[in-house]
Amino acid sequence: MKFDTPATTNPIDRLKVIGQPHDRIDGPLKTTGTAHYAYERHDAVPNHVYGYIVPATIAKGRVVNIDTATARRAPGVLAIVTAKEAGPLTKGQYNTAKLLGGPEVQHYHQALAVVVAETFEEARAAAGLVRVDYARSPGAFDLAAAKGRAVKPEDGQPDTAVGDFAGAFASAPVTLDAMYTTPDQSHAMMEPHATIAAWEGDKLTLWTANQMIHWGKGDVAKTLGLPPDNVRLVSPYIGGGFGGKLFVRADAILAALGAKAAGRPVAVALPRPVMFNNTTHRPATIQRIRIGATPDGKITAIGHESWSGDLPGGGPETAVQQTRLLYAGANRMTATRLATLDLPEGNAMRAPGEASGLMALEIAMDEMAEKLKLDPVDFRVRNDTQEDPEKPGRRFSQRNFVQCMRKGAEQFGWSKRSATPGKMRDGAWLVGMGVASAFRNNLVMKSGARVRLGTDGRATVETDMTDIGTGSYTIIAQTAAEMLGLPLSQVSVVLGDSSFPVSSGSGGQWGGNSSTAGVYAACVKLREAIAGALGMDAASAVFDDGKVSAGGRSVPIAEAAKSGEIVAEDSMEYGDLEKTFQQSTFGAHFVEVAVHAATGEIRVRRMLAVCAAGRILNPKSARSQVIGAMTMGVGAALMEDLYVDKRLGFFVNHDLAGYEVPVHADIPHQEVIFLDEADPVSSPMKAKGVGELGLCGVAAAIANAVYNATGVRVRDYPVTLDKLLDRLPTV
Amino acid sequence: MDITDQLNISRRGFLKLTAVSATVAATPPLVARAAVPDVARAPVTQQVAMEVNGKPATLSLDTRTTLLDALREHMHLTGTKKGCDHGQCGACTVLVDGRRINSCLTLAVMHEGSKVTTIEGLGTPDALHPLQAAFIKHDGYQCGYCTPGQICSAVGVLDEIRRDVPSHVTADIGAKATFSTAELRERMSGNICRCGAYSNIVEAITEVQEGRA
Repeated sequence: MKFDTPATTNPIDRLKVIGQPHDRIDGPLKTTGTAHYAYERHDAVPNHVYGYIVPATIAKGRVVNIDTATARRAPGVLAIVTAKEAGPLTKGQYNTAKLLGGPEVQHYHQALAVVVAETFEEARAAAGLVRVDYARSPGAFDLAAAKGRAVKPEDGQPDTAVGDFAGAFASAPVTLDAMYTTPDQSHAMMEPHATIAAWEGDKLTLWTANQMIHWGKGDVAKTLGLPPDNVRLVSPYIGGGFGGKLFVRADAILAALGAKAAGRPVAVALPRPVMFNNTTHRPATIQRIRIGATPDGKITAIGHESWSGDLPGGGPETAVQQTRLLYAGANRMTATRLATLDLPEGNAMRAPGEASGLMALEIAMDEMAEKLKLDPVDFRVRNDTQEDPEKPGRRFSQRNFVQCMRKGAEQFGWSKRSATPGKMRDGAWLVGMGVASAFRNNLVMKSGARVRLGTDGRATVETDMTDIGTGSYTIIAQTAAEMLGLPLSQVSVVLGDSSFPVSSGSGGQWGGNSSTAGVYAACVKLREAIAGALGMDAASAVFDDGKVSAGGRSVPIAEAAKSGEIVAEDSMEYGDLEKTFQQSTFGAHFVEVAVHAATGEIRVRRMLAVCAAGRILNPKSARSQVIGAMTMGVGAALMEDLYVDKRLGFFVNHDLAGYEVPVHADIPHQEVIFLDEADPVSSPMKAKGVGELGLCGVAAAIANAVYNATGVRVRDYPVTLDKLLDRLPTV
Repeated sequence: MDITDQLNISRRGFLKLTAVSATVAATPPLVARAAVPDVARAPVTQQVAMEVNGKPATLSLDTRTTLLDALREHMHLTGTKKGCDHGQCGACTVLVDGRRINSCLTLAVMHEGSKVTTIEGLGTPDALHPLQAAFIKHDGYQCGYCTPGQICSAVGVLDEIRRDVPSHVTADIGAKATFSTAELRERMSGNICRCGAYSNIVEAITEVQEGRA
């Protein structure tokens, strides 16, 4: 099915099941420990053995020698695979660095070998007996030092320009020109990257934790030199991803190689302290923002430049993205530059681009509002635009950004905020409020599904879509239930198997809308087949309450399948509506913080997000997406910082004790409001993404609240108390 | 077990280790060599009997096996999760003799005679524990990987408050311990949820506590 004209009325609009705050259908399994994640498939793979990674302990250079002799003699050891034993491997399409290094070492903790043994303890002990001799090469590990050598990235649009930015900025009555930095961050999802691999002849099955099954299947095949049809990925439950599991990682390749060498199925999980340097991370940025405005607060010039680094062949953090679309202004420029760094591979983490870009831009907007003596909400509202600022006449499909700001301000009690920083006290605490805009584009991806109507009248949906905590199981079931007129309890959903139709996968906040649109397409086809089987006109047949009705007849849906299961499969593909319209999601984040007047300790007291993101398919799970993103935003604002050893080239704090993420004590009760929207330009679901929107802007809202509390402006994340202490108001 | 022999091996291993370390120091700066002991010791196994979810279990285990891996890899009770294996995330929280512990930080052989309760022992999909039901109702989870640990930890927390165990945020440790969201957030802070379901988890646990009160 092709979606190339805006949606009209369809069965989804009934909103009997979809759009309702149903509990997750996978809840009873997840809360009882009976949902089996990748490393836990004793049911599917009895008697597997264990592989343990040997990671590189230099950042760049060469392996001179790997001595595995002692390890091979260790008790229980079945096989050891290094690059030498593995033979030629091809780098995956989506990988920047090789997943099995040697002799060349491209980054710290790059995998150099897998040791396979009968037990986990034996594999781990033997891995410690592998002796590696290196020749270390000098590398570049410091973004600030490499910034001057940064170049235009090959892909994307490194430079954009509209009007005369330089002239308009020079002549603007009120201007801001400031530098901001964001640190390297880690996904740090709770489930480590893990895979169990089993070979049957030359066919390989991987029970693995992966967000994008089809990409993963392709890259496993490419890496190992197999025909894609010989590779099957199974990933029904995934313990978080946030972009860290978009791509095939070392666990999958090491398990496959280890299983081949040992002649047994092998389970490999990346040890937590190896994950931070072995896998991908959100790259650090240095950003320069210039804004020029008239005294009444109309932006006349806006410029955003960003520098980030990556391994050779890698890409930039596209931190300027939102600045091309978020605010009006006739004269604009952006520039993206990429430095070569020999740190671990930088890649997508939740809301890549916007998350980092808004951390800077939304502080800049706060600073500019202060210069203009305008309320920060009012300043943003004054610079709303209903069309693409780079392409006048190209409208947003829907843009209720101003409503988000106004609704949020009213709900949050924004009018109680003191415009002068450092004026609100609560005992020993300085209290402040901050606001920031949320913005993230809505992407649509081709997505397919197969839907079966069983002889018992139950529907089963099969798609290689994944649920990484996003609620895919539930919204897919709700979609099928709505389309077929069945109660939710009559629908089963099976996900994450590469033998199912190819879906959008989970990434870029496209999964919810795209995967359900694919299920919609398959259900349209199934409805036609059901109507045909019942001798009814498909176009006029109504599916409701377990029955199909047309031409005065009404029969139970199960009747259609009484002589055998009916199966339909289809995909939703997209035309060029995304060219005609700019599709984006919008929001406003409001935060109240308290900063201890003596110690500088920062506490987040209240958080509110107002989101305009099309139809909300399940308000309960969508709200969870947003509060989870707000929580990650607290981490970005106040604590998350992969600390770079600039001499040896690695992230020092590579575990969950050193890389601090928010815990219960850091997070207050959180409020989320969704505007009542349905965007017919996005898909027949009229939904858009929300899982990344919730993160965009949060950190800046917190930084702005800290400024409002203390009068101390921090432009280098994270905002930690050491950056406040010497500038706090006198106690 | 011959402790003297073990110590001798350790000393030999240590001497070899220091010899390798000395080599590292003496080599040119661009050559790094990892220091590893040239020892491959046979595993020591030991039998341990415990009660898991009300049922007796006797296992013969490598003494290096953690309680977590005994549950997951030997008893196939994979509801208890391995998030970090270092006591940093709380995903492996179980109840041992009624108290919550990180099962990754304790060896299985240390638990002769222990009564262990895992998430599977609290309830099943068809017969949910009140906390499991409350987590579903309040959407107190997303990916689900930290969830068993959160729920086991919550069972422990409610019991600690009942047993009058003070916490870091208890203002008066002489007074009776009371339930509050501040107490709950403090006591639950050893259980990381990267999906960020904290706000909902607190509401789920609070509802169960209030139902009890």
